[in-house]
Formats: sequence, structure tokens, C-alpha cells
Amino acid sequence: MKRVVITGAGTINALGASVPETMAAMQAGQCGIGDLDIRDVERLSIRIGGQVKGYDADAHFNRQQQALYDRFTQFTLLAAREAIGQSGLEFSGQLAAESGVVLGTSGGGLNTQDENYRAVYEEGKNRVHPLIVPKLMNNAATSHVSMEWNLKGPSFTVATACASSNHAMGQAFWLVRSGASRAMIAGGSESMLCFGGVKAWEGLRVMSKDACRPFSLGRTGMVQGEGAGVFVFEELEHARKRGAEILAEIVGFSMTSDASDIVMPSKQGAARAIAGAMRDARLNPDDVGYINAHGTGTAANDKTECAAVADVFGRHADKLMISSTKSMHGHLIGGTGAVELLACIMALRDGIVAPTIGYQEPDPECALNVVPNEARDAKVDVVLSNAFAFGGLNAVLALRRAP
Amino acid sequence: MSTSVSDRVIEIIAEQAVLEPSDVSLDQTLEDLGIDSLGLVESIFAIEEAFDIQVPFNANEPQNSEFDISSVAAIIKAVEGLVAEQTT
Repeated sequence: MKRVVITGAGTINALGASVPETMAAMQAGQCGIGDLDIRDVERLSIRIGGQVKGYDADAHFNRQQQALYDRFTQFTLLAAREAIGQSGLEFSGQLAAESGVVLGTSGGGLNTQDENYRAVYEEGKNRVHPLIVPKLMNNAATSHVSMEWNLKGPSFTVATACASSNHAMGQAFWLVRSGASRAMIAGGSESMLCFGGVKAWEGLRVMSKDACRPFSLGRTGMVQGEGAGVFVFEELEHARKRGAEILAEIVGFSMTSDASDIVMPSKQGAARAIAGAMRDARLNPDDVGYINAHGTGTAANDKTECAAVADVFGRHADKLMISSTKSMHGHLIGGTGAVELLACIMALRDGIVAPTIGYQEPDPECALNVVPNEARDAKVDVVLSNAFAFGGLNAVLALRRAP
Repeated sequence: MSTSVSDRVIEIIAEQAVLEPSDVSLDQTLEDLGIDSLGLVESIFAIEEAFDIQVPFNANEPQNSEFDISSVAAIIKAVEGLVAEQTT
């Protein structure tokens, strides 16, 4: 089996338009959640989100490109540009033939759907732009990254709701580990902050009107975010030979299905995924210093997740740190694991553990070290990243400090 | 008015519980009736649609919501209150 390392990272999200900006915001415990600025917001009862503010599509894409790129695709391309740029990789010949793109998204081009349904239903129009279908399809972002950087290997989009990007990164990890590809582009993207997108989530009654406060007593639910995270996964020796900077090593991955309920999480399903990733990476509980939690801020997720961590880690559960950066950037649904991987890299490479902000009071049902409100300096060798989706689909990654 | 609100709420709850309205009694809780959190959210949606009201309910803190769901009678009382607010 090959060893797999990360040699490039890119992002745009509510905390910043690059990895350094995002990590600085995470370190400072900044909150990127604020009032939503979208059409018909006055008809929503949930009016906050982790929106990418001040975004100017014209600064990055021309008119023809914008006709093809939904907001989720634009975010993906910007994040991919930063990641691939950092890696220094150029794709041609055999490397291009085996390198592909695996990205997660849940809603795909939801803004495009929303705008065009509005045009035909509300405004009574009988004609839409001819390129709506290739703009809204879930695999649009993957395809455009593949075209832009000449990536001709295994490429597809994964949709497992809130676990999409962890599942996607897991597939890319396996492709490199197996030797099928020496490099893969992986991550995820989401842009659901439009009237229809938020209205649908409102219906579930799990959204907070004020803030996302994971693990805190008195938490009032989740807050949606938007953006993208994209990474370059590369075979270790390939990266070493060309002297690439290694951000972290990916050492394990596991997926499970709860097979129980379409919305309520299961402790057993989550625990099996966490334990599976550790087994895959040949880790002992004591090895793990930090877990980037799924931590949605809902009553159900947070207590179930803490119980699963306590089950898997036993006494070590009280020693490790676990935080949810969704408190800062919101829940990016299909892109969330990708942006959260940045907190994992920051912990491993920089020794800075991102906090859970908005934390008010301990909840006895979430009695772990949740790094409340302020980042912490700590030497961390191994981290996990949890993602537990609606539908009971779980995906956990394990990472180690760069070799 | 009051009777019809009560009948309609019981009908909605009974439908969710897959029971006859006559099998639903006022002192029962939703748990007694076998309605889980998803069923509760669907019931609230049906109540909102039936009476054209907004029910203040957050599934993250059902106990702390302004909307009392502790029993069938409590739900009816809360809906009556919201309907009255609507018409005044």
C-alpha cells in the first residue's frame, strides 16, 4: 500500500477566501455567521447563515463562464486553483491520465434550480437559458475542475448529504493508497443559501435563529454555511521526489451506515465509523489528540456524537480535544468535511486547535473537552474528522502529522 | 370555534399516529401515541397548514419551546391561543 499525503489546500467560505485567511479566523475564534443577504429573505423565519460575503463573480469568471458555473462550481474552482497552485503539480502525460477529481456536494447547483424554478413558476416564463442542465448537475464542479487542469483519471461526485466531502476524500485517499493514481483532487462544495434551500431546511425545525453553539447547553440547532474546500492528495514518494511541501498525511478512512433512521443519528453507526478509521490507520485510542467533530449544534447530533466518542475512546475520551468549527463557518452540508479538514491540518502542522465558539455552558450529555471559545496550542500527532449524514451515512478520516 | 379547533387537532394527531380520532384522549402524550420527533414535526406542519398559523417550535429544545406539546390537551390549548391571536 502507498502512503498518501496532502500537498495542496484551497478554500473559500464564510471565514475567508483562502486557506491562510480561514486558518487565521479559526485561530482567532471569529464567527463568519451573520444576516443572510439573499432574495426573499423576509419570507424566511431563519435569516442567518455562514454566507460568503462580498463575493464578486465578475472578478474571477467571465460572462460565458458564469453561464456555465453555478455558485457551487465557482467556489470549487477558486478552491482548486489555490490547492493545485500550492502543490506545484502540473498534469500531463501519464500523471494526467491517472489523476482524477472526487468531490462531494449535496445540493449541487441549487441556486440555479431555485432561480429557474422561480422564473417558470413565479414569473410565468416559458423559456430558460439553454445551459441550465449542465450548470445545475451535481457533477458540474468535478467536471470543470477536470477540464481546467487536464485531469483525466477517475472522476466523480459523491452525494451523501452532510458526509459527502468526507466520503469523497475517502475515495480519493483509497485511489492513491491502492496505487491506481499518484495524485487526486478531492474535497467538496456547497451553496444552498437561496430562498428554496433555506426554506426546505426551515421545515425540519432544527435550524437556529441566533447562533450555532455545538455541545453547549441551550444550543438551538444548526446554521447553514456555504463554500468549498479542495485538496491535492499525493503519493508520498512522488511528493518527496519533487520536494513538495507536505501539509499532513492521511492514514485511515472508514464508512458505515446506521441502517436505522432517515434523520435521527445512531451512536453505534458513528462509533463503528470512528473505530473503523482507527483500525484502518492502525491507531490506538491514546494516539488521537484531536477530533474535528461533526458537531452540528443540534440536540440530537451532539449528544449522540459525544456518546460515540466516549464509547470508542473510553478513559482517553476525557483527554483528547474535540471541537466543532461549524460554530464559525456554519454547516456547509456536502462541503463541510472539506473545510473542516483545514482545522485538522492546522492542528497537526501548526499545533493550533480551533475552538468551538458560541459556547455558553457545559451540557452533561456532551461532557468532553470541546475547546470552548478560544483556540488552544497543543502538539497533536493524530487527528480524526467526523461526518455523520442524514440517512445514517457516516465517514471518518484519520490524519497524521507530515512525515 | 373551540370545539372545531380541538376536533381538527385531534384528527391531525390521530392521522399521524395511525389511529381513529376516537382513540385519542386529551391526557395522552405524543409518546403514548407512538409519535416520534419526525412525526411531531409533521404534525406541527399539518397544524400550521390547517389553521394558517405559525407554530413557534424548535426540535432542538422541544421542552423550552413556547409551544407546549406535553399532552394532546396542551397542544389544543396552544393552537387555540395561536388561532385567537390570528383572528384578533
